[in-house]
Amino acid sequence: MIISIASGKGGTGKTLVATSLALSLKDRVKVQLLDCDVEEPNDHILIKPTITRSEAVSIPVPEINKDKCTRCGRCAEVCAYHAIAVMGEYVLTFPELCHGCGACSYLCQEKAISEIPNKIGIVETGQADGLMFGQGMLSIGQPMAPPVIRKVKGLIDTEATVIIDTSPGTSCPVVEAIKGSDFCLLVTEPTPFGLNDLVLAVATVKQLGVPFGIVLNRAGAGDKKTEEYCARENIPVLMTIPLDQEIAGLYSRGIPLVTGMPEYRLKFIKLYENIREAADERSSRIKR
Amino acid sequence: MKEVVVLSGKGGTGKTSIVGSFAALAQKKVMADCDVDAADLHLLLTPSVKEKNEFRSGQVAVIDNDKCIECGLCQEICRFNAIRDYQVDPISCEGCGFCSHICPMEAITMNECKAGDWFISDTRHGPLVHARLGIAQENSGKLVALVRQKAKEIAGKQGLDYIISDGPPGIGCPVISSLSGVSLALIVTEPTLSGIHDMERVLGVCKHFGVPAMVCINKYDINKNNTRAIQDYCRVNGIEVAALIPFDNCVTEAMVLGRTIVEYSDGKVAGEIKNLWQKITAKLQE
Repeated sequence: MIISIASGKGGTGKTLVATSLALSLKDRVKVQLLDCDVEEPNDHILIKPTITRSEAVSIPVPEINKDKCTRCGRCAEVCAYHAIAVMGEYVLTFPELCHGCGACSYLCQEKAISEIPNKIGIVETGQADGLMFGQGMLSIGQPMAPPVIRKVKGLIDTEATVIIDTSPGTSCPVVEAIKGSDFCLLVTEPTPFGLNDLVLAVATVKQLGVPFGIVLNRAGAGDKKTEEYCARENIPVLMTIPLDQEIAGLYSRGIPLVTGMPEYRLKFIKLYENIREAADERSSRIKR
Repeated sequence: MKEVVVLSGKGGTGKTSIVGSFAALAQKKVMADCDVDAADLHLLLTPSVKEKNEFRSGQVAVIDNDKCIECGLCQEICRFNAIRDYQVDPISCEGCGFCSHICPMEAITMNECKAGDWFISDTRHGPLVHARLGIAQENSGKLVALVRQKAKEIAGKQGLDYIISDGPPGIGCPVISSLSGVSLALIVTEPTLSGIHDMERVLGVCKHFGVPAMVCINKYDINKNNTRAIQDYCRVNGIEVAALIPFDNCVTEAMVLGRTIVEYSDGKVAGEIKNLWQKITAKLQE
């Protein structure tokens, strides 16, 4: 089972939920935690894994063989990302704009374009006390997160309960991370910003056809509108975490909630059972 | 004309609450919400939309099944696994157009997508340019560039002194798009280990693109050891820590009422944000 953790708004507690859920389950089932927030991965700060393997993530970018090239301009014409420009005698390439689709090299009549790897990040794997761990890290100055996310998701162990932490927002990195999940937990907070972005996140997971439920963090902080929205839209609130200085303090020091306050362990196990129930209910509904 | 962008790396550190207050404090400015996939600034500024435009960007492949002879070449060459059983999955399609160029039957066309909307609005604190990226759409970086360009046009036309942008979290494409070429980046961080880690990465992006940066520590009193660690890091790297904002529920209370902090309260948080804006304007004069 693959469970992704998303939010819309940043800073609502995705990392807290992902790490505590993984730690609460690891003695009962085989658990793999994958941090797909490759722009700002934070799970490792709480999990403190031993990294055993590190691999570069590259995308293939064009390299022009000047002797073979006739400056016909076909490559620049087919490139949808403006990553190649032909200016008189010169052919310029912009690797940071290239998506690595391969169209230019395939379509070059002179076979003057070869592809060379351009490193955009790394993927690391390791473990922490029986918990399988993987994360991606986009290099500073690189714009494109999705190829790194795809590489992290390549680590998925189909026999494990996989927990995927994602970046905030609703655009391509989030879609790439959630896609293919059996269930998505949306972590939110009861504030106007939290609700506004939750509504966007709900629309995103609905479009992806992934069943979802809510974790309401910092309950008691703002207003009642988020709970009213969930009730109105029939969205299950699977867990509530109160606004609590002790919880914030643990997080600030990089201590997982279930390590600092072990009484939460059972609540996260219950959350997992709720997720399984919600996912099962949905699949049986589809079968019917 | 000076352009300031507020970033954080980590989400939820307080960018929008601070930018909202800047809107109330700054004179002769245009506001720009560059967090186009989870925009929130409008919740504080309650804009009345004067102009709404479609954002069309990116393409998606469409297969004409009458022309398709199921040769499978498109599936073979697509590196994004976006074509299966001679059908395109529009969410996986990156719009490269490779398939459309090589299809022997010319059965594949590339259709432009509506990827969102952008708006020019009036608010009680002056003009606001904002946008809404379509659900699960790509090209947020291009939409950010468009928002900035429109804000610049307004600033030029009206002779304004400042463009103040609310930036997105992270360090990827929309962040780079909102950062390139600005006069100053204000990094809002919080004294958590995650906040520090993410601040260091976004400061790395500022340095990479040659943008001067300043740091503001929000909720500095939730972990004073970490606050000291941030101050030490900034001292070593020659970055000014321009404000220490205490934790106060007034920030959430103001948000619930749809007001900015400086309009809602005259406590310590509001005072520190006022000082911060003064320091920013002083820095911009240098």
